[in-house]
Amino acid sequence: MNLNPLVLPGCAVAILASVWGMERISDRTEPPGPIHIAYWEKWTGFERDAMQAVVDDFNKSQNRIHVDLVATSDVGNKTMFAVSAGCPPDVAGLWGDNVAHYADDRAVIPLDDFCRQYGITAADYIPCYWKLVNYDGHTWALPSTPSSSALHYNTALLRKLGFDPDRPPKTIEELTRMSDAMTFKKNGHLEKAGFMPSQPGNWNWGWGYLFGGKLWDGEDKITTDTPENIRAFDWIQSFSRKFGRGEAEAFKNSFGNVASPQNPFIAGQVVFELEGVWTHNFVHKYAPDIKLGVAPFPYPADRPDLAGSTFVGEDILCIPRGAPHPKEAFEFIRFVQTQPEMEKLCLLQEKNSPLDKVSDHFWKVHGNPNIHIYDELARGKNTIRMPQMGIWPEFSEELENTFDEISLMDVTPKQALRDLQVTMQSKLDRYNARLEERRRLGL
Amino acid sequence: MSRTLARRKENAAGFLFASPWLLGIAIFMLYPVGASLYYSFCDYSILKPPMNVGLDNYRELAADAVFWKVSANTLIYAVLSLPTSMLVALGLAMLLNNKVRALPVFRTIFFLPSLVPQVALAVLWLWIFNSEHGIFNTLLDHVGISGPNWLGDPAWTKPCLAVMAMWGCGNMMVIYLASLQDVPATYLEAAELDGAGAWARTRHITLPMISPIIFFNLITGMIGVLQVFTVPYVMFPDGTPARSSYFYTTYLFDNAFKFNKMGYACAMAWIMLISILILTGIAAKLSSKHVYYEGAQ
Repeated sequence: MNLNPLVLPGCAVAILASVWGMERISDRTEPPGPIHIAYWEKWTGFERDAMQAVVDDFNKSQNRIHVDLVATSDVGNKTMFAVSAGCPPDVAGLWGDNVAHYADDRAVIPLDDFCRQYGITAADYIPCYWKLVNYDGHTWALPSTPSSSALHYNTALLRKLGFDPDRPPKTIEELTRMSDAMTFKKNGHLEKAGFMPSQPGNWNWGWGYLFGGKLWDGEDKITTDTPENIRAFDWIQSFSRKFGRGEAEAFKNSFGNVASPQNPFIAGQVVFELEGVWTHNFVHKYAPDIKLGVAPFPYPADRPDLAGSTFVGEDILCIPRGAPHPKEAFEFIRFVQTQPEMEKLCLLQEKNSPLDKVSDHFWKVHGNPNIHIYDELARGKNTIRMPQMGIWPEFSEELENTFDEISLMDVTPKQALRDLQVTMQSKLDRYNARLEERRRLGL
Repeated sequence: MSRTLARRKENAAGFLFASPWLLGIAIFMLYPVGASLYYSFCDYSILKPPMNVGLDNYRELAADAVFWKVSANTLIYAVLSLPTSMLVALGLAMLLNNKVRALPVFRTIFFLPSLVPQVALAVLWLWIFNSEHGIFNTLLDHVGISGPNWLGDPAWTKPCLAVMAMWGCGNMMVIYLASLQDVPATYLEAAELDGAGAWARTRHITLPMISPIIFFNLITGMIGVLQVFTVPYVMFPDGTPARSSYFYTTYLFDNAFKFNKMGYACAMAWIMLISILILTGIAAKLSSKHVYYEGAQ
């Protein structure tokens, strides 16, 4: 076959030219009608439907802006790649835990000017939820739905085992005693557990805080090996000694996902667990017969000042760097922050509200009979937030591994936490030095 | 037209015909490889411009306990998994090289597991290895052995994965089978007439004749096991328990996409590339006396 040698390169040039041309065209043309806002959100199922209802309200409330909600799996990574590629969505529904990480990487834009313009201030929010979206003197996001943690228990099991379900444990020591009485083994293997620290294990990084410890000083010093943290992890390891090495892991592996009927708590094989506001949704869906008890998580008997300790977190709405319509995006975010819309969202997702003011209607119609407890805990003085530090993703991985090693009794808590201190201090020092160098170079 | 001009035109046409591939490899292979080398000397998170840090990433790796842990895990897994997979694949190929009834059915059955998607495979084996309800421990229970906690005990996670790797040795088996069918029947018949038994024929004729294929499987298998990723990533999130199933590529992936340390991840990638090159070189050197190429000098 005689093919003109210019045909192939000609085709290649034509393809490249058409790609370039398409990019040019797509960069410049806005479709007629309202401005379309791309909103990527992590939720699926009923939680997505709840946000869709708020989005629909916004779209109906005016005709200049139209929000397109797209449920996006692995939304954190995808948003980061989209920012890097220069084509991010206008609004991203991310996790509040990583605000510092996003801010340090300049993946999101600060919202200070927008907040000032629309009169959004700290006074509008429950303080812990406002603090979660603020870092390094700037507001980087605004809340969507929040959470707080508490001790959850199966009241029927408590009664069956001879305990008063109206008197849940108040101190760590009481919890331990009750748990011991409710733990059963068969042929050396764990059959039922009263309390198991790793079930479900959402806050394995934070046990030290429940004993008065901290993971860092808030600036540049890691403090994992303090006596309070060691005491907390000694307590964790005491369960492994009672259960047997690896028994808790084997027990957990024999069940399924947390959001399923195979959750050991929902299956009635674990009596107590440290969980969040969403527990009601799982129980309601998979085991509606369980009468759920909720109480503040116990405190060490000698530290009554730690009563009401709770882990708080929230989903956030932020504007990625390079978003094509930041002003319109913020109009939508601000709309979500209005009391009627925020309450609608939190009611549909059956969570508490991050706003300081809550209507009577909200409490009256809320599907979770214990919602007051989560709200009171979030308003208390012992709220625990994930450390706001840029290296938190790496730090939390190290903490998970430390928890694992301690649970498996491969190492003493003191040694493990000291090793962690050395490792993370060196990483934090390097991270801060590079951040400083970047600032100096203007990068 | 002079002869030189004609040759030049012919060369140009050749390059032009190859240009789509050349462009592809330049854009999607050479540029990323070159860029990764540059980024390995930078502090780079993909969201901010790269900042040159010299050899810092490599120095940090040398002092990183997790780096050494994942390297050791990967090597142990390779040592456990590669020889067993190769032996099982060769054994199956030899069995399937016999003339028995329903041979195509057997070949299909043994190859089929290789077609199972990796994620489905991981989920399947999660249940097979489940210490409470899994089929392994149930069978062991029947013979009076209390099975270990396969997924929860750090000592058992890598052997678990090595057993699973055998499940997917169908590809190797097919390659062996093709090479076994190329072993000249005349050599085997002559040996048989001379009184050689089955083992002697295998040892002195079959294995030397297929030695280039064994070497090929060794090299490709080694590269594969050193880059093990999907199955442990699905079965053991975060390399649990106690990082016993945390492998080199998983840590590399976490650095790149979880911790946003792309420069650090690039340095890891380059160390892996160089390590594989060295190991391949050593394997080639050691095997030069044991691999027989028909027609070679």
